[in-house]
Amino acid sequence: MAEKNNLLVKLDNGGVYKSSKWLVRGVSLELYKGQIVTLIGPNGSGKTTTAKMILNILKSDEGKMESYTSKMAYVPQKISIDWTMPLRVIDFMKLTNHINNADITEALKLTGVEDLLYNQINNLSGGEFQRVLIARAIAKKPELLVLDEPVQGVDFNGEIALYNLIKKIASTLNCGILLISHDMHFVMSATDHVICLNGHICCSGSPSAVIKDSAYIELFGEHTAATLSLYKHHHDHSHETDGSVAK
Amino acid sequence: MFDDFFTRALIAGVGIAIIAGPLGCLVIWRRLSYFGDTLSHSALLGVTLAYAFSMNITLSVFIISSVVAILLINLQKRTKLAGDSLLGLLAHSTLAIGLVLIGFLSSIRFDLMGLLFGDILAVTTDDIAMVWIGGIIILGILYFIWKSLFSATVNYDLAAAEGMRPEISNLIFTLLLAGVIALSIKMIGALLITGLLLIPAAIARNLSNSPKQMIIIAILAGIASVVLGLFTSLELNTSSGPSIVVVSLALFILSLIPLEIRGQLQK
Repeated sequence: MAEKNNLLVKLDNGGVYKSSKWLVRGVSLELYKGQIVTLIGPNGSGKTTTAKMILNILKSDEGKMESYTSKMAYVPQKISIDWTMPLRVIDFMKLTNHINNADITEALKLTGVEDLLYNQINNLSGGEFQRVLIARAIAKKPELLVLDEPVQGVDFNGEIALYNLIKKIASTLNCGILLISHDMHFVMSATDHVICLNGHICCSGSPSAVIKDSAYIELFGEHTAATLSLYKHHHDHSHETDGSVAK
Repeated sequence: MFDDFFTRALIAGVGIAIIAGPLGCLVIWRRLSYFGDTLSHSALLGVTLAYAFSMNITLSVFIISSVVAILLINLQKRTKLAGDSLLGLLAHSTLAIGLVLIGFLSSIRFDLMGLLFGDILAVTTDDIAMVWIGGIIILGILYFIWKSLFSATVNYDLAAAEGMRPEISNLIFTLLLAGVIALSIKMIGALLITGLLLIPAAIARNLSNSPKQMIIIAILAGIASVVLGLFTSLELNTSSGPSIVVVSLALFILSLIPLEIRGQLQK
């Protein structure tokens, strides 16, 4: 397993409290170089909130967050670029870093959108924009890459290719990846550590361990792929409609 | 034709247009036009206080606008009112306080029209120095925080995640906006400053494909508006602020033509 000096971030018992309720609480996770950690869980379970704690966008209201890298790249879940701004793909690629044109073209080639370099961001389709977002994050050559449902809106073949790319990046760039994904096949086959969230950590471990965990089975059903939409939750505790743990 | 005061107004006006270009683009991108309005309405209070305590007008306006901007940011965190309601509240209450105070200062001869709509006769050599030195400082700071400010304008979370410290650059940007309003109040007047920020940038939006291009065109459109506006003001003996803004509007209408042609070609 990864050594101590490969540690990128360590969140210890983190939680975010907003509008008099805990969005997510008691989350502990460590991320090492070259490792892929996946967050899974139903809508509103605190996946994005957890990712934002890791990225220091949101401050954890309790517990401790330690960060050992400043080279972070982020692929947010939903972003829309205001049409009031004329922004080309090439301008967007250089948003937070100066990146030379060769690296930009290479990254865009990896995600299959090298032809769009001079297109206006506003004219891209959802899937194309998603590919540009991923390319931008790769081109930064980060140590820590956070991907929040990165393949949404991407066509089926592209989805597989992009997931393979993400897997490859973890080893070629030796960067740690925190991934939020609904694709159970990828999560189970390619990630090192799975964290199952529902307002708190329901279960976590290697994919093969998690898949046998009763909490996971309750959350996602035994036939994972077929019953993904059924988010039932009855084990050692139950949840209110707002996601908080019932007393 | 080139009376001395007119040359002074031209030099100061061109300086203001150069500062207003990039800031105006940011105002458009961030949808802050009403925020600009609020700051400029509060500027009137700044002017009144400057007369009351015989302070430098530009400095006093800058201080009051900055206070209002910071007040706004704090109110947004503490109240449940939406941004536009708070802006309206601050804009009109500061304007009202300013006008009430003017009533108390009856001993001083006060050119209210000049304050509200700008007066090119009022531009002094000191004002020129103020505009150009202040402008260089504003643009210098803007250049320094550009990457952070621009990335936060595109997406705040992305900028925050990637170490751009957007909360700091947002605050500085607000102060820069207060600065440009303070510098331009004499020439354009409190009621119309947002016009000079907004319209050249709007013209540029119609004609540009990239952020850099939009800023350059906004500066050029601003300079054209100021120069043509001041000539109009001189010829027709109209207030300088409205003349500049009307010329700017005319340029905006012209800038729609290429858009129309492009639209026709694509059909």
